[in-house]
Amino acid sequence: MLVLRDLSLTEGGVPHLAGVSVEAEPGRMTTLLGRTGAGKTTLLRAVAGLVQPQSGQISLAGADWSRLPPWRRPVAMVTQQFINYPHLSVLDNVAFPLIRRGEPREAAREAAAAMLGRVGLAQMTGRRPAALSGGQQQRVAIARALVKRAPVLLLDEPFVNLDYKLREGLREELAELLQSQSGTVALYATTDPREALQMGDCTVLIAEGRVLQAGPPCAVFGAPATLAAARVVNDPPINLLAAEITQSGLVLDHLGPQSAGATGRALPPGRYTLGLRAEDIRSGGPLPARVALTEVSGSETVTHLVAGALPLVMLERAVTDHRLGSELGLMLDLGKALVFGADGALIPKGASHG
Amino acid sequence: MAEIRLQELAHAYAPGAPHALKPLDMTWRDGGTYALLGPSGCGKSTMFNIVSGLLHPSEGRVLFDGQDVTRLGTGQRNIAQVFQVPVIYRSMTVGQNLGFPLACRGVPAPRIRRRVEAIAERLGLAPLLKRPANALTADQKQLVSLGRGLVREDVAAILLDEPLTVIDPQQKFELRRILKEINAEFRVTMVLVTHDQTEAMTFAEEVIVMNHGEVVQAGRPRDLFERPATTHVGHFIGSPAMNFLPALAVAGRAVVPGTGLSLSLPDGLPADGLMLGFRPEHARFSGASGAMRGRVARLWFEGLDEIVALSHPAGEVRLRAPAGQGLAPGDTAAFTLRDTALRLYRNGRLVA
Repeated sequence: MLVLRDLSLTEGGVPHLAGVSVEAEPGRMTTLLGRTGAGKTTLLRAVAGLVQPQSGQISLAGADWSRLPPWRRPVAMVTQQFINYPHLSVLDNVAFPLIRRGEPREAAREAAAAMLGRVGLAQMTGRRPAALSGGQQQRVAIARALVKRAPVLLLDEPFVNLDYKLREGLREELAELLQSQSGTVALYATTDPREALQMGDCTVLIAEGRVLQAGPPCAVFGAPATLAAARVVNDPPINLLAAEITQSGLVLDHLGPQSAGATGRALPPGRYTLGLRAEDIRSGGPLPARVALTEVSGSETVTHLVAGALPLVMLERAVTDHRLGSELGLMLDLGKALVFGADGALIPKGASHG
Repeated sequence: MAEIRLQELAHAYAPGAPHALKPLDMTWRDGGTYALLGPSGCGKSTMFNIVSGLLHPSEGRVLFDGQDVTRLGTGQRNIAQVFQVPVIYRSMTVGQNLGFPLACRGVPAPRIRRRVEAIAERLGLAPLLKRPANALTADQKQLVSLGRGLVREDVAAILLDEPLTVIDPQQKFELRRILKEINAEFRVTMVLVTHDQTEAMTFAEEVIVMNHGEVVQAGRPRDLFERPATTHVGHFIGSPAMNFLPALAVAGRAVVPGTGLSLSLPDGLPADGLMLGFRPEHARFSGASGAMRGRVARLWFEGLDEIVALSHPAGEVRLRAPAGQGLAPGDTAAFTLRDTALRLYRNGRLVA
């Protein structure tokens, strides 16, 4: 197990890591999910030894890494800029780390050819990286990282520069490759919630240098512990509706009183925030809203709307076209909403209140 | 603003060489938004360069509002272009950049100022007019490039060459919105070239999917999703890709053996090379009985949805369903599909 304990790193007064603890098991993919600047890259670089945290501890299978220089750490890293050696053939690009650590040239090339076969580049071994497409170049970089069979694999948004069709295929390939290297600890940083949930055996939510929540993807997605966690784990963004429970019922800011029992739960009077996912808003209801933008991605349509002064995001599982500026009637399925208290903490379903 | 007509257009880069752009006929309506979508080398840039006048086609004609512009250069076509990397005059202010096309034509200064102010206001650049253009962020520079195109009232079309590639994801959303609003407001013909499906489907009323130098399908985003003209488009548009299963002709129907999936065959259609296709979104899990039963091979949790890969002797299919179906690898699962969700292909082309 790779254990990161209480890592802190401040540079020029800016805290990049503020007491981060993560445990990552071998043979499983741990995804780090957070926005740009949340601290994911710094965390991976700390594991690789490229930056030195001011406090905290890193250990693998009980062995302390804190004093280990980067070149002694058994890690392989893939970053979003596919870095390949332009003067070497694809085969030699992948064989390079093995040759450098002293393996016989022939054996290194054989291992490289086998790995290139696994990433679907068997026909490309003789080419230069520049002659390959972006997706192929990234596969070369992945093959070079995997061929080392390093105990720790660090992946920093490896597919972010690629088209969604390529990403779709490479994610699956990567998952299959990792299954064949069962002892590897894999950390995968991404800004894309879907990618994090889909690829992770365990998902760690990170914001402002802190871990917000960690656990199996379905638990993290189904019950984000705080408003901040709900923001990080939802894409399209979750609709956050400020609300008040009064003696007479639920009142949403901007939208007014709602039918009694709209949330399907009994809550004591006070201020709350309802987290309503984009899929829990549908067209064909009474709430008038104007279309601000429709975006089609993959098989889905995400529509940004404004109801009065309140911005809302709706997701439909089909390709539809809503005209910019047109009016739609919306239905908010408040029974599906996550409820957060005034302190921002999730109030789990079934929690009882005085 | 103009209607753009491509008439028997084709291009080969050398006499006798294979067509980089195969013969096509196409009309882009005045004020419409179009996207040329395809992987690199598909011919979209060739077509784009022919429209902009950077390249003269080896065959056919380009008409702007009925007028033949095939042999005219870019400068004589009244088009504006926005490129991947913003083109701005670094030594000028934002205002001078925006007014430059008018100043070049000798438009009187007060008129230039009025027009520049109006465009800057519309694009949110008004507070920046006096700033040096090289001090702007990448997305602001792209807005200046766009604004230079809009400032001329006689502009026939705005051609956009992957203008969002260098923009941060957060600003992309804003730029997409502005592009759509601008089109709705100015009704200027806009043509976008891109390899990114999301960009194409979001921007354009009509998406022109290209592959191997040829137009594979041109249609509304919804048509590309609901009725892909080829199996290639079915794979390329949508995530996961459309499912395709080999089918046999049995008693006037195309049937996928061992499943309940079938569709009636059009009269006279040869019985070979048949496939039935359907979208992962259109299937519904139905407990033990359904149109098709299979073994759950893999599952991907996506948050709202899960994607289920079902294996069956006829082939593997993928289904998208709301998360929480309670399925595990190795389980047997069945699904149903409305007939209207099934498509018939023969030799890779949509038949019904």
